[in-house]
Amino acid sequence: MSKTLEEGARIVSIKGSTVQAKNLSSYRMGEITFVGEERLIGEIIAIEREIATIQVYEPLEGLRINDPIYPTGKSLSAELGPGLLANIFDGIQRPLETIKDITKSAFIERGIQTNALDRNKKWSFVPNPDLKQGEIIRGGDQIGSVKETESIETMIIAPPYIHGHLLEIQDKGEYTVTEPIAVIKKQDNRKEELKLMHEWPVRIARPFLRKMPVQEPLITGQRIIDMFFPITKGGTAAIPGGFGTGKTVLMHQLSKWSNADVVIYIGCGERGNEMTDVLIGFPKLMDPHTKNPLMARTILIANVSNMPVAAREASIYMGITIAEYFRDQGFNVLLTADSTSRWAEALREISGQLEEMPVEEGYPAYLGARLANFYERAGRIIALGSPYREGTINITAAVSPAGGDFSEPVTANTKRFVKTFWGLDPTLANRKHFPSINWFTSYSGYIEVIEEWALESGLEDWGRYRQELFTILQKDNELQHIVELIGSKALPADEQLILLIADIIKTGFLQQSAFHPVDSFCPIEKQMRMMKHILLFYNRANILIKNGCPISLLNSLKSVQILKRMKEDVPNENLMQLNKIEDYIHSEMEELGSKYGYRV
Amino acid sequence: MARITVKGVSEIKGPLIVVEGVSGIQMGEYLVVNLENQPSRKGRVLAIEEEKVIILLYQGTYETERDEIETEFYGRTMQLFVSETMIGRIFNSLGEPLDGLPNIYSDDYRDVNGTPINPTSRIYPKNYIETGISTIDIMNTLVRGQKLPIFTGAGLPNNQLIGQIVRQAKITEQDGSEKFAIVFGAMGLTMDDYIYFQRLFKETGTLNKVIMFSNLASDSAAERLLTPRMALTTAEYLAFDKDYHVLVILSDITNYCQALREISVALETVPSRKGFPGYMYSDLASIYERAGIVEDSEGSITMIVNLTMPNDDITHPIPDLTGYITEGQIILDRSMHNRGIYPPIDVLGSLSRLMKDGIGEGFTRKDHPSLSDQLYASYAEGLDKRSLAEVIGRKELNRRDQVLLSFADKFEEVFVNQGNEHKTIEQSLELGWSLLSQLPETELTKVSEDLIKTFMKSKEENML
Ligand SMILES: Nc1ncnc2c1ncn2[C@@H]1O[C@H](COP(=O)(O)OP(=O)(O)OP(=O)(O)O)[C@@H](O)[C@H]1O
Ligand SMILES: [Mg+2]
Repeated sequence: MSKTLEEGARIVSIKGSTVQAKNLSSYRMGEITFVGEERLIGEIIAIEREIATIQVYEPLEGLRINDPIYPTGKSLSAELGPGLLANIFDGIQRPLETIKDITKSAFIERGIQTNALDRNKKWSFVPNPDLKQGEIIRGGDQIGSVKETESIETMIIAPPYIHGHLLEIQDKGEYTVTEPIAVIKKQDNRKEELKLMHEWPVRIARPFLRKMPVQEPLITGQRIIDMFFPITKGGTAAIPGGFGTGKTVLMHQLSKWSNADVVIYIGCGERGNEMTDVLIGFPKLMDPHTKNPLMARTILIANVSNMPVAAREASIYMGITIAEYFRDQGFNVLLTADSTSRWAEALREISGQLEEMPVEEGYPAYLGARLANFYERAGRIIALGSPYREGTINITAAVSPAGGDFSEPVTANTKRFVKTFWGLDPTLANRKHFPSINWFTSYSGYIEVIEEWALESGLEDWGRYRQELFTILQKDNELQHIVELIGSKALPADEQLILLIADIIKTGFLQQSAFHPVDSFCPIEKQMRMMKHILLFYNRANILIKNGCPISLLNSLKSVQILKRMKEDVPNENLMQLNKIEDYIHSEMEELGSKYGYRV
Repeated sequence: MARITVKGVSEIKGPLIVVEGVSGIQMGEYLVVNLENQPSRKGRVLAIEEEKVIILLYQGTYETERDEIETEFYGRTMQLFVSETMIGRIFNSLGEPLDGLPNIYSDDYRDVNGTPINPTSRIYPKNYIETGISTIDIMNTLVRGQKLPIFTGAGLPNNQLIGQIVRQAKITEQDGSEKFAIVFGAMGLTMDDYIYFQRLFKETGTLNKVIMFSNLASDSAAERLLTPRMALTTAEYLAFDKDYHVLVILSDITNYCQALREISVALETVPSRKGFPGYMYSDLASIYERAGIVEDSEGSITMIVNLTMPNDDITHPIPDLTGYITEGQIILDRSMHNRGIYPPIDVLGSLSRLMKDGIGEGFTRKDHPSLSDQLYASYAEGLDKRSLAEVIGRKELNRRDQVLLSFADKFEEVFVNQGNEHKTIEQSLELGWSLLSQLPETELTKVSEDLIKTFMKSKEENML
């Protein structure tokens, strides 16, 4: 029986990116509803008596009062299964390529409904040989696997809430994501079919057995990160910086070169062209650790700045849920979000439409709690189910502080929840010193863990080198204050040497061009030996200075130029060339010493 | 869709009116308010709460009478008729002709709010545009399809700079095989500036390629919200349907943002910084992101935006949010201007994010990336030395510092201060190398020995 308008669920007000509705058949927070005849996708975010407020993930133009609302009974969920990798989705997991096929246009039109995962594509499923009929299946147990891309064999796992006896399991073969691959009899004797995919509500963290302390570094190939402010697999880091300071480039670098298994890149309220850049660039690049194409381990979520703000809010949760799904399979996942400030602004906008009381700069009181919630979903865990699996999620997130001021609410709140802080510095960026990570304001909360790891991994000198370089930069910083007042000429020679070495460290070591074919990625071994060479030069020069050698002679040594250029001149595949540099430094020093009768 | 007409309103407040007792009204709907003895006004539905329809009137509410207002709802959103015949014409922010010529008649119309471009349909911009200005071409290369604002201050020669770009820029292939148009969105411009641009277009022979949407300082602020949208709707049609290379010039976005603040205050939205609405980032993005290139079309939209920084403050929300969306910025510097340098481009603060993929071998010249890196690095160091010299005196600098400082001086004198002359990229690159030859080779850490060998001029050939 069709209901009259008065009875049916319908819109009573429309404002910004939200609508209010009444006469809903159920009032459940978080329920996805279709709004209007075009069936725009929305989510219930507030309930007050018979009025439900729905945030809509698409533009509201054209909606009318009394337009119908259709319930779905579902919460905003991610589809999890084969087909995620190498794909690009919007904030509510609609594949952008599919949208393009549907609209046949370059623009994203409204009211497009499509599944996240392709329903027609067949995947080669291999059942888990250890499973026997009648065996108990619990959430997280491996049912089988699908070789999804060159790099990733996706483990097909039972959804977290499952518990029952295995009735049947399909043989090896080709299946779509919705065809049953196993049947389970649950405790209430009801049967449930398991498929290659399952769904999970994005605002709820996926369960795991236990959290574990983090223990090994995420190798990024970026010197200032790996050597100075490292992050662990399972760690969290924030990248705050004003516009143009290099957040996006750095996050692209992390996504390209890190030794994570799976990378999830969320473009949250940023530029369309930057997503295109990734889409075009990644397929041409190779993961330096596995030599597989980069795209084969990458998932993109693009809700760019002019796409609807409510979907921007959702995109962060979509991303982290997909990350958890791969973590639960035992992978190390790197999630990069650019930018969490745009997400916070989306929260602010929606909160304003709900007429909530703002606390600071218009942000709602729960901003901190939401951020905490998000960062809590990172970490290293033991997954549910068998076989035993450990997985990690890294979160690295850009923060775009208003006016470049780090005391604003989003930066300040983020700082409370992340362990590593890569503070970008506009003064460095303006002089094209990239990455513009400021080495005095940044920090890593993982130094001890990584020091331990370094000792076990044959990098005994890591901590010492790091400390020595730091000390030089520290002294340089103090000296710069003096230089600003009296010039460097007035400084004693050993202090002028510090200025020279610090200059080598800054130009030759800390600066790393993302666009240079060689220097974009720097292997750990090269990083270590570059530090070693700089310190070698320093120590030998120091002896010369102590023996009265004028600093001007050292300044004009060819070694200085070589040290500044070795990052680009020494190919990563041929680190032997570093030996030559070492020899060269020795010979130049000795020559200088003997020529001028200094003892070396 | 049938039109609905309602007589009388319940509230009039600032630019807003509230109509009650009407059903079937759409969010964002276009409407016309008819008045007795006055021209009609146009508006848009901003929100609907039960029976209350909240409406923004683009020409304001002044001298309207509550019971006299007759609101005619059109049953659709605001649309613009688009056609190639718009080229060479002048319109107001509502798309009505201001040049005395007839309305545009066309079968083609577009919703002025636009629709986001699917990132999978974008083509990454790569073709540089030679502007003939060294500090732009070499240091902050403009690329076809880029959105680039000019951050300026009151009294700085930003219009002159735009003029020079319009005059000199090679936006299309020089053989005339490509179609080209300029869409100019004047937002809150003074009459003087308006006349400047008109004269510029006339003088550069581009007038017959320009479409102008004009909202002057004396025009309604609410209408100003439409100006860039009209301009971009037209640009999208020409670029993506008709394969034109379109240069969109918006001036001045600061006036636009102030209008946005005015309306948001009237709507009682919670303000964020300096009273500007929290949604200003998204709103500006809905303008700037319309630049670009898309698949299956030969055209492009390149956007140059004038932005006057209030009190020269780059942290002000308008330049700040803009910088977060655009693909770089050109900053004009007051102290350079005061020293008589033109164009007074703050080279270190300026940035072109798309430059990296549009220069070098196969694009400009293979030495371009390293040369520009080196000029940046040495100029930045030179400027440090200048501040040092201000404290301790130039003579007290050591030799190296003195060399760097003279480099910075020379760089500003001949490279930045080029005046109205047009320099080809080639010429600008040569000039860059001449400047570098003033430095000892130990300073040249960003250019390889190979490049030095090929491109560095001997002292005799030096242009300086
Ligand atoms: N590691 C790097 N190597 C070389 N250039 C870099 C590097 N990092 C940043 N840059 C330069 O800085 C520009 C701005 O960087 P990026 O786009 O990452 O800034 P952002 O902080 O993300 O800015 P926004 O907040 O506006 O998005 C780049 O286009 C590039 O020219
Ligand atoms: Mg960015």
